[in-house]
Amino acid sequence: MTSPQPRIGVLQFPGACDDRDALWALSALDAEAIFVWHSETELPDLDAVVLPGGFSYGDYLRCGAIARFAPAMAAVEEFAARGGLVLGICNGFQILCEAGLLPGVLRRNESVSFVCRDVPLVVERADTPFTTRCTDGQQLTIPVKHGEGCWYADDDLLDELESRRQVVLRYAEPVNGSQSDVAGVVNESGNVMGLMPHPEHAVDPLLGSADGALILASLVEAARERALAFV
Amino acid sequence: MKATVLVRPKQGILDPQGQAVESSLRQLGFSVSEARIGRVVDIEVDAADPAKARAEVERMCEQLLANPLIESYEIELSEESG
Repeated sequence: MTSPQPRIGVLQFPGACDDRDALWALSALDAEAIFVWHSETELPDLDAVVLPGGFSYGDYLRCGAIARFAPAMAAVEEFAARGGLVLGICNGFQILCEAGLLPGVLRRNESVSFVCRDVPLVVERADTPFTTRCTDGQQLTIPVKHGEGCWYADDDLLDELESRRQVVLRYAEPVNGSQSDVAGVVNESGNVMGLMPHPEHAVDPLLGSADGALILASLVEAARERALAFV
Repeated sequence: MKATVLVRPKQGILDPQGQAVESSLRQLGFSVSEARIGRVVDIEVDAADPAKARAEVERMCEQLLANPLIESYEIELSEESG
């Protein structure tokens, strides 16, 4: 049977807090969004996976360091290796970095303070599966809320990433001390992305901005194309 | 065997926590030029052989206790337990 809706799994870790918002936003953007519990060893049939924000397993030790060993993460790694679309938001981004699916690491904010506000972002690339609804250089307003969002890579790695154009989103003003103002990156093959801002919290003008919907709708659209391609 | 793992931010990596502590120490009148904050993990390892225990703790560090991008680690082993 052909499903008109792409099926997107939202991973649920103990300590996640934005899983429901992500599920709601994806559903509102016409995806069939379902939860996947962290202890599952296999993923159901999915066209994309979202790792939501929160504080997985309490984020003890380092953010995402424990969650990356969740049984469901092994399945996500396999899914990503087969080219599956994976989007990590905030804690999800931290988990993907710790798992080695994305380059760099998220550290304590330079200010040592939690930052919670709308931030301006610049879209560096509109040709990823996560940004096709945007245009190159477009400015987006999406909220952040994190204490450990300072993205770091050493100079050599950063040069490599810049030359391969793996930086997708940049803060348009200082937010957390991130190297080169990086707010979101993709992996080398372009099917895994992580970002600190929360697109799921900006999908309706009532929330102050609907720019997050551009990111999530891009993902839904890419997932739909894949769903149709594999039928 | 008892293992003590010292995890530190690598040389050259900005340590905002350490900077905050450094400035607090200065405000208290101490003369300090730098403070850096790491983490200590005390572990009771079941292996009795020191070489085996060290190898085991090294694997713990590589897999979980330290992120090699930003942290270095040192392992100290001692016979006494508890």
